[in-house]
Amino acid sequence: MTYTSPVPITDGHVYAGSSLELRGLSMAYGDIEVLRDVSLEVAPGTTTCIIGPSGSGKSTLLRGVNRLHEPSRGDVLLAGRSILDQKPDSVRRRIGLVFQHFNLFPDHTALENVALALRNVKRMSKANATRIAMERLTEVGLAERADHRPRDLSGGQQQRVAIARALAMEPEVMLFDEATSALDPELVKGVLNLMAGLAQRGMTMLVVTHEMGFARKVADQVVFMDEGRVVEQGAPGDLFDRPRSPRLQRFLSEVL
Amino acid sequence: MDWLDTLVATFLDFEAMWQVFPQMLGTGLVNTLVISIAATLIGIVLGMVVAIMGISRSRWLRIPARVYTDIFRGLPAILTILLIGQGFARLSQQVFGPSPYPLGILALSLIASAYIGEIFRAGIQSVDRGQLEACRALGMSYGSAMRLVVVPQGVRRVLPALVNQFIAIVKDSSLVYFLGLLVSERELFRVGQDAAVLTGNLSPLVLAGLFYLVITVPLTHLVNYFDDRFRTGRRTAAPPKSGLDEVEEQTPSPALTYGENS
Repeated sequence: MTYTSPVPITDGHVYAGSSLELRGLSMAYGDIEVLRDVSLEVAPGTTTCIIGPSGSGKSTLLRGVNRLHEPSRGDVLLAGRSILDQKPDSVRRRIGLVFQHFNLFPDHTALENVALALRNVKRMSKANATRIAMERLTEVGLAERADHRPRDLSGGQQQRVAIARALAMEPEVMLFDEATSALDPELVKGVLNLMAGLAQRGMTMLVVTHEMGFARKVADQVVFMDEGRVVEQGAPGDLFDRPRSPRLQRFLSEVL
Repeated sequence: MDWLDTLVATFLDFEAMWQVFPQMLGTGLVNTLVISIAATLIGIVLGMVVAIMGISRSRWLRIPARVYTDIFRGLPAILTILLIGQGFARLSQQVFGPSPYPLGILALSLIASAYIGEIFRAGIQSVDRGQLEACRALGMSYGSAMRLVVVPQGVRRVLPALVNQFIAIVKDSSLVYFLGLLVSERELFRVGQDAAVLTGNLSPLVLAGLFYLVITVPLTHLVNYFDDRFRTGRRTAAPPKSGLDEVEEQTPSPALTYGENS
């Protein structure tokens, strides 16, 4: 499969992604440690895909990066500065998060979904927020559906609205938490294309995914996690073609 | 058929009903509605406060909300109405004058707020956690997220339960007569009761009952209608649409290829 950007790069938005670094990050739910001493560097404008079996702590890692769940140890650096010294809300508006189940606001139209945080967080005027929301919807190919409620959109369209909603805040880093896992198979590619386009245009992305084709072709770096630890990381070619650890070999033999 | 005549004379004396009808409409119905609607509105405001406190992460907000709810839900309505109505009579006299009417409304509001608080809490907690997380991930504060996204969804879900609560309040409003209302302040039950005592006939109370039913029965059916609509969700069925159409609408032009071809 090839991934094509839905927007020509030349007149699309260009993003200024920041660097992201995890240093010895550990996270726990109560007494249960689900992430153990994870260190990871994501260079500005690059894409890192995280793969691994369920329960390996991939989603938890993303939640730690924007402090939806507080890390128990370690640090996260956004553009070189620790996020733990900053207010969670101000960190979160610089980091976009896309969920597996979209989490669109059901009683808002697509446009209102995108505009809400612009109004509430960025304190934009209604006209400005609407203009930017419309631009972002156009970017994800949904300008014509601006007035639709989520329930009147397909899963793929909903996820594209969710991406537009995150992009509208002009994030420096985008996190994707299994963004295509809940989609019908024929709609997966549309969302992956959109993500590939973002990667091309300079966004820093941390992508938890089960789409091995996407990870192989779009990622600059692939990280394999299991039982809360990073087991193996490197260039996609190395990981997929020459996996060293038995765990990754086993995992790849199950999913490929 | 002596017993049938007695029965009709006791319960269905239209002459007695007709005589009390103007009072029933002009005084009784008006006051029942004023008391019930006022108590419901105040109960909704207080109930929202109790609900928000009840789901707070701080136990110093949660515990008082819990205790408040337990007390006002656990006591018989008549006990609360008497305690508030007579206990605060002096205080009320300085603020509202001699009528116990405002205290009756207050007591009903407190009872209602305990129930409505639970209704709101259940509704808000039934909203998918992802809604709050999506808001927080965008940088919105907890308060903004609740106010703009979570609470409106929760409230919409419990509208049927709120209407049920209003029906309960309409019925409970008859209890404020215990506080001794002025003639012009009497609600449906009291108007019927007075006329029944005066005529030695129960027909005015039957008429009062009919008035209650005129308020409550249509509302009950409104609830069922709401319930149906919320459960089935869709307003009009849309014809099925092929996912492949969507794939086509998204086809980029000109296509830019990324990564190696395979």
